[in-house]
Amino acid sequence: MSMAAEERSVRAPWALTAPALMLFVGVLLIPLVMTVMLSFHDWGQYKGIEPVFILKNWHEIATDPYYAEMFWRTFRIAILTTLLTALLGAPEAYILNRMSGRWKSFFLLVILGPLLISVVARTLGWALLFGGNNGLVNKLLMSLGVMRSPIPFMFTETGMVIALAHVMMPFMVLSVWAALQRLDPQIENAAMSLGAGPVTIIRRIIMPQIMPGVLSGAIIVFSLSASAFATPAIIGGRRLKVAATLAYDEFLNTLNWPLGAAVATLLLVALVLIVVGSNALIERRYAEVFR
Amino acid sequence: MAYLELDRVAKQFGAQTVVDDFSLSVGKGEFISFLGPSGCGKTTTLQMIAGFLDPTRGAIQLEGKDLTAIHPAKRGLGIVFQSYALFPHMTAAENVAFGLEMRNVPRNERAERVRSALAMVGLAGYEDRHPRRMSGGQQQRVALARALVIKPSVLLLDEPLSNLDAKLREEMQIELRQIQRTVGTTTILVTHDQNEAMSLSDRIVVMSQGKIEQIGTPQETYEKPASAFVSQFLGKTNDFAGTIDRTATPAQLVAGSWSAPAPVGLSGPVTVSIRPERIGFGDAGLSAKIITRIFQGNHWLFQCDSECGPAIVIRQNDGKAQPGEGETVRLIWRPEDMSVRARTVV
Repeated sequence: MSMAAEERSVRAPWALTAPALMLFVGVLLIPLVMTVMLSFHDWGQYKGIEPVFILKNWHEIATDPYYAEMFWRTFRIAILTTLLTALLGAPEAYILNRMSGRWKSFFLLVILGPLLISVVARTLGWALLFGGNNGLVNKLLMSLGVMRSPIPFMFTETGMVIALAHVMMPFMVLSVWAALQRLDPQIENAAMSLGAGPVTIIRRIIMPQIMPGVLSGAIIVFSLSASAFATPAIIGGRRLKVAATLAYDEFLNTLNWPLGAAVATLLLVALVLIVVGSNALIERRYAEVFR
Repeated sequence: MAYLELDRVAKQFGAQTVVDDFSLSVGKGEFISFLGPSGCGKTTTLQMIAGFLDPTRGAIQLEGKDLTAIHPAKRGLGIVFQSYALFPHMTAAENVAFGLEMRNVPRNERAERVRSALAMVGLAGYEDRHPRRMSGGQQQRVALARALVIKPSVLLLDEPLSNLDAKLREEMQIELRQIQRTVGTTTILVTHDQNEAMSLSDRIVVMSQGKIEQIGTPQETYEKPASAFVSQFLGKTNDFAGTIDRTATPAQLVAGSWSAPAPVGLSGPVTVSIRPERIGFGDAGLSAKIITRIFQGNHWLFQCDSECGPAIVIRQNDGKAQPGEGETVRLIWRPEDMSVRARTVV
């Protein structure tokens, strides 16, 4: 290869990715860096934002138990949502995969359907069903005399986990589904011919092979749930705040942008650490299945 | 009494009959091949023996017991799948041990049997390898060891060699035959490869469109094909349009400029089938022009354009000079080497 051609082949990938790279830098990297810088600025009720370098916001987050509670709640809700989607989504994907042609595509559509509807609309649906005394389900149950007071759903962590799990379910099902597609179609027959019963087949043969799918689905669901805004905002409102709604309130209600930036940055860093860490762990543990 | 008996077994999917009227007696220790093109019902038959499919009609008996009444997990058959269907998350040894585990074989005995099974298929030292880190041939061997270690009453092989390259396939054929001879397991092989069926089996069941065309030893099916399908499917064959002339005395079978005394029975238009290696070049006979001449080491392959249509001729490379491309030759064969069938004139 001549020098000129070599130079061209080095430059070509850069030239070709430049537009996307510029967009990435412009709309993601720069605002992100600005947010991080913002979290070190000072803020006062009357003086507004002062572009100085102080650790005040970070100190506040680290010492005030209020923030610890917020982040702990966010983590707890995300973990529970992930567990719930895994427990329901993995069997769902398995059953779906065993269905015959027409039913399979129908139910796949049913599962993916929610993705086509706005998160806000879906969450408001939950609120319509369970929202206090006027919720449809609550009204029904109370008029039937099954219960006296409405089911505690709104402004509870349980409600938030259920609503989030509903929103996140397609991601888990799709992820497990992808893992199931990699399975040898004869693998269950092979295990059966060797004398394994249905429970053993699922536990010893299917589960270990779809585990990477469950775990990558879990990473997606966890990170989306931990940073989710719409669902916690509607179900939890001001009473039950999580990291994302907290940052939002700091920005738009208190107008304490630097503190909001610090919350957002901490959430981002924590998520990146958790996702990258568990990803590395999974890839090492399931190296043989991933090959 | 037969060891494995299939009696008028049939399988229907909806209105479609995939296997029909399949009857076969397999002796203990016998190596049987189901041979046929894809979609002929050979794999379906195998799956019915394995229990993954239930026959629509008919009975399958193993040592006099009704096999269809037994759950597939309890049949105790060893199966090697086309894709091998190894458990990718387990090592070779764990794969082989799985069937023994399901049978609650004690740990010590299990380890010993796994080791000897892997040694038998030539994989000693590969115990801790995962299937995805093994070559196709090695995976094939693990699958065979996994099927044999449970001492199956019948070994079912579903196109086990079709994913291997030609050289490896030949090696595995020889090895498979040797292992089967040593272990003595009754074996049923499903294949679409006639060479594989012929070199491995004691008897071949040739199938087409869900029906048995012929059951016989490899030599029988090759030399005395029961139908046009069998003669075409097992090796190459030349079909020439001929006529039997009963007005001449003695009656003559005529194909182009080739003629011979007519066999008894038939008359009118017939099809004359001759294997390419049974045709020679002579002074009088079917006139043909050589289109291509291909040298294949131990033999020559001639593609000719004869009076009665295209013809293939195979001649042993005996060192003698052979006619070249474009030359006109006369094709001759011995009457006992051909088979003659009635031909319907369209």
